[in-house]
Amino acid sequence: MRDIVQLVIRRLLLGLLTVLAVSLVIFGAVSMLPGDAAQEILGQAATPESLAALRLQLGLDQPAWLRYLHWLGGMVQGDFGTSIANGQQVSSLIGERLANTLFLAGLAAIIAVPVALVLGILAALYRNTLFDRAISALTLTAISFPEFFVAYILILFLSVNLGIFPSISNISPGTEFWERVYRSLLPAAALSLAVIAHIMRMTRAALVNLLGLPYIEMARLKGATPRRAVVVHALPNAVAPIVTVVALNLAYLITGVVIVETVFVYPGIGKLLVDSVSKRDLPVVQAVCLVTSLAYILLNLLADVVAIISDPRLMHPR
Amino acid sequence: MGDTRDDKPLLEIRGLKVEGRTGEEWRPIIKGVDLTLRRGEVLGLIGESGAGKSTLGLAAMGFRRDGCRFAGGTVHFDGIELTHASHQVRRGLRSSRIAYVAQSAAASFNPAYRLMTQHTEFPVLRGVMSRAEAEADAVELYRRMQLPNPEEIGFRYPHQVSGGQLQRAMTAMAMGCRPELIIFDEPTTALDVTTQLEVLSAIRDAVQSFGTAAIYVTHDLAVVAQMADRIMVLLKGETVEEAPTRDMLAAPREDYTKSLWAVRSFRAPEKTGAGAPLVEVRQVSAAYGTTPVLRNITVPFREGRTTAVVGESGSGKSTLARAIMGLLPPVSGHVRLSGKELPRRYQDRSREELRQTQVIYQMADTALNPRQKIGEIIGRPIEFYLGADRRTRDAKVRGLLEDIELDPAEYIDRYPSELSGGQKQRIGIARALAAEPRFIICDEVTSALDQLVAEGILKLLTRLQAERNLTYMFITHDIATVRAIADDVVVMRNGEVVAAGTKEQVLSPPFHPYTELLLDSVPEMDPDWLTRRRPPATGPAG
Amino acid sequence: MSRTLRLLRTMPPSALVGATVIVLYVLVAVFAPVIAPYPEREVVGAQYLEWSSEFPLGTDSLGRDMLSRLIYGARNTIAIAFLATTLAFVLGAVLGLLAAVLRGWVDQVLSRIVDVVMAIPGLIFILLLLSVFGTSITTLVLIIAILDSTRVFRLTRAVAFGIVALDYVEAARVRGEGILWVMRREILPNAMPPLVAEYGMRFCFVFLTIAALSFLGLGIQPPAADWGSMVRENATLITFGDITPLLPAAAIAALTVAVNFVVDWMLHLSSGLKE
Repeated sequence: MRDIVQLVIRRLLLGLLTVLAVSLVIFGAVSMLPGDAAQEILGQAATPESLAALRLQLGLDQPAWLRYLHWLGGMVQGDFGTSIANGQQVSSLIGERLANTLFLAGLAAIIAVPVALVLGILAALYRNTLFDRAISALTLTAISFPEFFVAYILILFLSVNLGIFPSISNISPGTEFWERVYRSLLPAAALSLAVIAHIMRMTRAALVNLLGLPYIEMARLKGATPRRAVVVHALPNAVAPIVTVVALNLAYLITGVVIVETVFVYPGIGKLLVDSVSKRDLPVVQAVCLVTSLAYILLNLLADVVAIISDPRLMHPR
Repeated sequence: MGDTRDDKPLLEIRGLKVEGRTGEEWRPIIKGVDLTLRRGEVLGLIGESGAGKSTLGLAAMGFRRDGCRFAGGTVHFDGIELTHASHQVRRGLRSSRIAYVAQSAAASFNPAYRLMTQHTEFPVLRGVMSRAEAEADAVELYRRMQLPNPEEIGFRYPHQVSGGQLQRAMTAMAMGCRPELIIFDEPTTALDVTTQLEVLSAIRDAVQSFGTAAIYVTHDLAVVAQMADRIMVLLKGETVEEAPTRDMLAAPREDYTKSLWAVRSFRAPEKTGAGAPLVEVRQVSAAYGTTPVLRNITVPFREGRTTAVVGESGSGKSTLARAIMGLLPPVSGHVRLSGKELPRRYQDRSREELRQTQVIYQMADTALNPRQKIGEIIGRPIEFYLGADRRTRDAKVRGLLEDIELDPAEYIDRYPSELSGGQKQRIGIARALAAEPRFIICDEVTSALDQLVAEGILKLLTRLQAERNLTYMFITHDIATVRAIADDVVVMRNGEVVAAGTKEQVLSPPFHPYTELLLDSVPEMDPDWLTRRRPPATGPAG
Repeated sequence: MSRTLRLLRTMPPSALVGATVIVLYVLVAVFAPVIAPYPEREVVGAQYLEWSSEFPLGTDSLGRDMLSRLIYGARNTIAIAFLATTLAFVLGAVLGLLAAVLRGWVDQVLSRIVDVVMAIPGLIFILLLLSVFGTSITTLVLIIAILDSTRVFRLTRAVAFGIVALDYVEAARVRGEGILWVMRREILPNAMPPLVAEYGMRFCFVFLTIAALSFLGLGIQPPAADWGSMVRENATLITFGDITPLLPAAAIAALTVAVNFVVDWMLHLSSGLKE
């Protein structure tokens, strides 16, 4: 037990280290801006006064390491700097949008994960049958589709032709919960499809990999039904790979929202990012990048910890 | 179950045919075998790899592996026909009336559950016992199987229990519902000899006391002699002969059976005179990280002779080879070749030094690059060390192929996957010879091979040694192989040398106690050997 | 040759369809100027014309011929994705092999760098870099290639680690063979099957990423015809129930589906006799 606590603590520290390294990379990437950042951002037409003001605002008169420490210190305290485009606090720009995005991603996850796991287990159980082949071809197709394709198909059928859902997810802070769910359902569905396909395929693969092992044959020789062999004997051993792939896909949702939010004009962090990139609003881009990386690292951390706990070899050492 | 049915056979297999699929083709594995087993009887199924003995054992349970099919014949278990029975019927018999013990218990126990959970699964599911009864019974069975700490061991996970103990726990699990028939599929093949002895006697005692009928599948004649009332010899899916154990041991009828018996009599000719040491290991200690694996080893390998390094798994015998090769640089001590000290790391050795020491590996499958043709595999060392041009190289490769008794025209352009196990091992030998070395490390070169094939390899190595004055370090765990080929013997245990000397010195009394234990644990071709040879007390509890 | 034929005959229908589609796309990309009825960038009619014999798929938001742009789009989109993938592959595979063979600090340094880069969500990191370096084709290809090479690195390293542990590689090393020989002759040929399959998967991923970026207006820049930007430029038509803007998206989907079908079959092959 002591070993496992140590292992988890070590993993947590590693996560913290990763966060630091990632912040350094993100900061470093922005510092690599060729030439004078202020000049780059404002373009040739900039007046000397506005250039000087922006330089001061970006802290370009200070050495890079000092700027990094300032920036990081600010981040830790929730101060993400000010937007270049409109002078607003970055934190206030991100805050509400982040909540919207998490709501959308959460909704997609609630739809996708159970469906994917059940389908994956069924496909492993009925492997090499028509059902398995059909679902394998379908999911492969789903993975291959660009997100905006899926999103527009959904819009075409469910909102333009049938008029069931709105094609634009108009959400504001005052929107009531179920109304919010209703308006987010179409983007969530668009996000879910690829995630379902990925998780389902990996679940099936993780299970099928185990089915060739001697202890599964042993279960069958002891008289276990195929269902018992898969669900009782194989599944507990597939927890680690499945959890890893679920975490990976939840993290993927964060990237996926960029496209889907743009299609549905959903007021989330992805839409903000795309707008800021076109405006080269670097403080905002930097902040969004860091926040999403944080979520990404956290999810992977969680998956690793679950994998550690689910392994009896680690939980019950010799 | 009345006594009146006892004269009726428990298991009756008639004209059974099983086929396996390779690619699009169905190829026969079992070609029409008959088998009869009475209640309480133990039948030994013996044969080399590919004989179909495991497939036949599984077929007795009405089980076929994926990619196999029953192609004819019948299997009657207590009057129930199994090849055409529904899945429900077949499943219903398993655990409760027919049980199975697999070759590798370590791989066949589910790593996610405690032994007790796995033991009680089917007795409870089949309604034979309540969970509490099943657990109490499991402890009783563990005790009967002479497992240490029977009350506690069931609550461990498989990875917390040693291989020999797991094998006994698996036999206990098979006994859980008191089945009428148990299939033992090579249950001791993966174990060290001293462990094998304990498992064999535990299995035999349990089978006898419950009067369970059993089919005991193995490739080891001496083992089957201890366990079976009757022996059936299989070759390529067909029965060669079948007879009561004592009769078959005393007077095998068929040539194939006789050849199996004869294998054990091969002896390399004695060498005259003791050569000077070619390779000397001097006070070598080595470690993996901080774990010491070799402790102060000193061994001379005398020129023109075979030094067998014997030990059980974990004894450090292969590690010693790695230290000599410079793959695991010693922490202290050194290795000399022809009196000259070798650099510790192979990277620092000259090409000439590397050339003189070559290795033949245990697993020919992983020792040969599957993407290179035989001509390339053997030709590369010639080109690399001797700088030969293409013509000379090809001529030498052909010569080497003839030396290892493979037709050059037929084999030079083949890939390793197109060869049998024994042929691959011969290619491994040719590759080592191609460097024209003086010292060859043979790392368990015959362990993965069938006895007849292994004997061919031993004869080849002996001939090549005489022709080329080679010095062998022969790593093995098998005493019979040592007897067959060694001139000098080194016995290792826990990274130390416990005994060393000529074969006569080490393998005849007075013995070192561990050497004696090793020798005593090797089953002999005598049905009474196990009865005479009571196992030592089981290891310390916990 | 007969081996290739035999392999083709064992192809399942899905892989066969996939291979055919890939060949078709390549032909269209190569012969675009011959096939396309109108030039790529010329305004040839009014905006948003409906499908007609003159303009088989109508015209776009500026009045350019949709079909011609679709055909030229194959050229631009596939060529850039192909370039980026190949670059990513060379970079990732070479470093991955080096890490597996040399181990020690080389492996440590490379692996830690890759860990950090992969801890940042891919598309978002690309957006950050694009906003720093600007959106030219060269930066686009380089950024994607470098970021994607991390995944190739991980796979190659893992596959090569498995092979390095095998006896035949050990035999070559204690024979005294140099690093390059061991990499080229002993490891690479045996690592090829998974790497080839991975190439297909990476291509799909890169292709979809570029399409996504173009769709966001941050990838391939106008007036070059490109499927992602074509969807974006004409998206309004969808709200009127017109499927024309979906055609470039479908073109993307069809190619990735095709590649994935072929990859799936290859993976099945290289996993051995699973069935």
